[in-house]
Amino acid sequence: MAVVELEKLVKDYAGFRAIHGVDLTIEDGEFCVFVGPSGCGKSTLLRMIAGLEDISGGELRIDGERVNEQRAAERGLAMVFQSYALYPHMTVRENLAFGLENIRTPKDEIRRRVDDAARMLQIEEHMQRRPKQLSGGQRQRVAIGRAVVREPKVFLFDEPLSNLDAELRVVMRGEISSLHRRLGNTMIYVTHDQVEAMTMADKIVVLKLGTIQQVGSPLDLYNRPANQFVAGFIGSPRMNFLKMSVAETRAESIVVKEENGRSFEAAVSPEGVKAGDKVTVGIRPEHLEIGSERGHPVTIDSIEQLGGESYLYCTDAGGHPVTIHKSGQTRLRAGEEAQVFLPAESIHVFKEDGMALERLRIGEAV
Amino acid sequence: MVNPLNQAAQFGYRTAFGLFEVPMAGAQRLIGIGRIAWLFLLPNLVIFGLFTFLPIILNFFYATTGSDAILLSQRPYVGAENFASLLSCDNYLDPNSCRRDIFWRAIYNTSWFVVLQVGFMILFSLLTALILNRDIPFRGFFRGVFFYPVLLSPVVVALIWKWILQRYGVLNAGLEGVGLPTVNWLISADWAFFWVIFVSIWAHMGFYTLILLAGLQAIPSDVYEAAEMDGASRWRVFSRITMPLLMPTMVVVLVLSLIRAVQAFDEIFVLTGGGPGTATTLILQYIYETGFASRPQLFGLAAAASILMAVVLLVLTLLQLRATRSQAEG
Amino acid sequence: MVWSFISRTRGRNRFDLTDWLTWGYLIFGILLMFGPVLWVAMSSFKTDAALSEYPPTFLPLSPQTVMVEGYDEPLPLYEITGGEYEGRTLAQIRRIGLNAQMVDPQAPGERLNVSINDREPAREFSVAWGNYTQLFERFNFMQYFWNSAFITVVATIITVIFNSMAAFALAKYKFRGRTVVFLLIIATLMIPPTINLVPIYLVVNELGIVNSPWGVIWPAVATPTGVFLLRQYMLTIPDDLLDAARMDHASEWRVYWRIVLPLAAPAIAVLVIFSVMWRWNEFLWPLIVLTRSEEFTLQLALNAFQGDLQTSWSGLLAMTVLTLLPITIIFALLQKNITAGIAQSGVK
Repeated sequence: MAVVELEKLVKDYAGFRAIHGVDLTIEDGEFCVFVGPSGCGKSTLLRMIAGLEDISGGELRIDGERVNEQRAAERGLAMVFQSYALYPHMTVRENLAFGLENIRTPKDEIRRRVDDAARMLQIEEHMQRRPKQLSGGQRQRVAIGRAVVREPKVFLFDEPLSNLDAELRVVMRGEISSLHRRLGNTMIYVTHDQVEAMTMADKIVVLKLGTIQQVGSPLDLYNRPANQFVAGFIGSPRMNFLKMSVAETRAESIVVKEENGRSFEAAVSPEGVKAGDKVTVGIRPEHLEIGSERGHPVTIDSIEQLGGESYLYCTDAGGHPVTIHKSGQTRLRAGEEAQVFLPAESIHVFKEDGMALERLRIGEAV
Repeated sequence: MVNPLNQAAQFGYRTAFGLFEVPMAGAQRLIGIGRIAWLFLLPNLVIFGLFTFLPIILNFFYATTGSDAILLSQRPYVGAENFASLLSCDNYLDPNSCRRDIFWRAIYNTSWFVVLQVGFMILFSLLTALILNRDIPFRGFFRGVFFYPVLLSPVVVALIWKWILQRYGVLNAGLEGVGLPTVNWLISADWAFFWVIFVSIWAHMGFYTLILLAGLQAIPSDVYEAAEMDGASRWRVFSRITMPLLMPTMVVVLVLSLIRAVQAFDEIFVLTGGGPGTATTLILQYIYETGFASRPQLFGLAAAASILMAVVLLVLTLLQLRATRSQAEG
Repeated sequence: MVWSFISRTRGRNRFDLTDWLTWGYLIFGILLMFGPVLWVAMSSFKTDAALSEYPPTFLPLSPQTVMVEGYDEPLPLYEITGGEYEGRTLAQIRRIGLNAQMVDPQAPGERLNVSINDREPAREFSVAWGNYTQLFERFNFMQYFWNSAFITVVATIITVIFNSMAAFALAKYKFRGRTVVFLLIIATLMIPPTINLVPIYLVVNELGIVNSPWGVIWPAVATPTGVFLLRQYMLTIPDDLLDAARMDHASEWRVYWRIVLPLAAPAIAVLVIFSVMWRWNEFLWPLIVLTRSEEFTLQLALNAFQGDLQTSWSGLLAMTVLTLLPITIIFALLQKNITAGIAQSGVK
């Protein structure tokens, strides 16, 4: 039972502000992911919640109680570190028991909780080994186990999967998700990998340079990115961006036009733009359609055929890179020219300051 | 796996440090985590304060006061008299003309000692390091051979050589065996000085050999391979590649050994007692005898002499700092 | 095969002049570095009679004697090397001028005259364990050994604890004044205690610990070398581990002794070796502080005995050997660690 509330949270280092007044509420039992490029302040924010960094301003509340001044251990949180931070001189069992010993838990209680966690994480046969004798995945499990035995109100994860290889990362992603389902605790998870964010989160918080860009569910962020940064960050391959200008505003859509090119209708709110404004048009690779009639002409630079799907990497007349994701296979070849078509319901439009215009009709089947 | 000795040690460790658990946790709550660092520093700083910083200041009080009282409150102020007494000489090249003639003899002895001991020690250390740096079998063993005397206590070193050098010792027996004249080594002033330097080199060269060897091994081997491809002779490789690249280490070794040589005392004191006469009395022995071994104990004079020695050491240390810095940069 | 192993110095070439010089130097080095110690060790097993023999022998041999019927004292035995009785072993009754009056122990009735140039003293291998046992019986050796051991062990423990606490603070906390404290400690590396002998003595005197092992222990436990060595090592321990322990409810003290101290074990081992070496061999400061002989360390006792004309070399040599033995054993066991540690840290 834990609600974590951040109110105007600020972190200052000498002469440099790392976190610019963050407001956020993480509901009880929610799996919340902080995502952003490196240096965006996501780890700092997590460490402030953990109590490992001082809070320079604002208030942090857990279950309504101000905890700014409490020490890390007193906040009732547990953390899984990026480097795992397993104590190298202790066995796995000692690693798991250390935190409980520190609060003078009775011996049999420690044994019970450690054994439970070991069984849950399938590390029972390694209990007498030291971290150095374990594989990356096993170390990861021990690090999680160390958090589990503490029975914390909130779990904190600081890029826990970044030291694993791709295959293992997928496995551990699933395990952390099922751990969340089983325990039902509030969890806060930091990553720079948007795939992890999309697959695991109930709520994603996108950060950039110490400010929140957008908060929402994974598909919210995917379908209605608030600005060009979020649109570019969420989704893989990246959204295509084309420089265009507004040709005409209508009641429930606008028409955008490329210089000397053809125009497209976009089903977005015309609020805040007028004819002649420069805008950036965004469209995801999977929404581009290749047609025979005159559309947006591109030259194909290279093609990746994966059998079930194909990626076409192209350049348009304006020199913008354009990626097309096509399901199935294609007969097109590198070097050829293709005409792409932008469906009105799939177009995102961003004003010059990067903010998105509201999408009124959404093509995706939601 | 379960070793009773190990368990006992662990139990002792846990009990000893566990005892401080409650007070330290209390202190942490009291003064906050930000200032807990000072608590960790405290024991060390108290000792430093009492036995390093305070004495530096007190030294000046002793140097400017007289009498044989140890308590400062009982010592009359005499100004620069102790320094004047040490430094008053008719002719600085002739110790006999000085008021404190033994001090000046000690200075001359120390100067000669420093020059000869450091010079020859670096020469032999370098030679040994170069030889140990070759691709020879049992290199670790030989490194240990030359290093072993470094670990011996100065008293033991002195007694070992005293036993060898005595009138009817093994050295004289050996000389007689091959028909050479024997010498009463430690009774002849010149020979005693020679052996003092010899023994001091014997005892300490292993340390400098080790540092020079580390310096040699830090030189990348591809430099040598390139020189070989260029057809350089061994001497040219040594003089144009090894020596220039080893120079920073050499400077450190030089300054370090100079600082040590100025403070030489232990082995020499036991080996010759500073004799015959004052032939092997060095500056630190003069300070020790003036302040502690003779009656009345002239603490002021000893402190003044220490300060003069400190000035020399300070200059050498500054040299070392510059040397280390240029090594770090180079 | 052995030859190819020894001669691999130049790799591809033949065994050339520089190789001969190298091996000559190395063998000379073994003789010069180990020889004196070995000589003292051998000598320490000789009886006083053998010690005063000149020229000395390498092995502990002492003149052989025999009891002969009709003589009250044991008579010295001689090998006859020339003349009428060549090859026989005779006992000498007395020497008269250039001749010696001798007797065959098997036939004690007959007296024989032998030129003194035709005889050599018969010697037997005899180890004088008495040199060592007298140390315990007459010289209070155990007392000195205990004093030295006490100072070495206690000072080393305190040094490790104090230095590691300071190093922990300097390596793992950010606080105002940290740089100043660190520089101050490093600066004391340049102030050898030898230039502060008089005032340090005053402080020790005021604390009332003159003539006590504590007077030797306390002044040198806050070694700047140790703080520096441990701090540099602790900097390499990841901060995440400390944070994890803090999240695990560990107090700062617990972080120090449960996490940081065990992980700094390699650096602590180096400091322990240094400290043991410093303390066991320390001479000048104990010489000043300890003036009562029952407080003497081994080094002081050795020094006192060698100045004392009453002491025979036999006891002194045995004591020298016992004093260098612990360091020698430690060196033999830990040679690699010691040389590596010193080469890395550049301190002695």
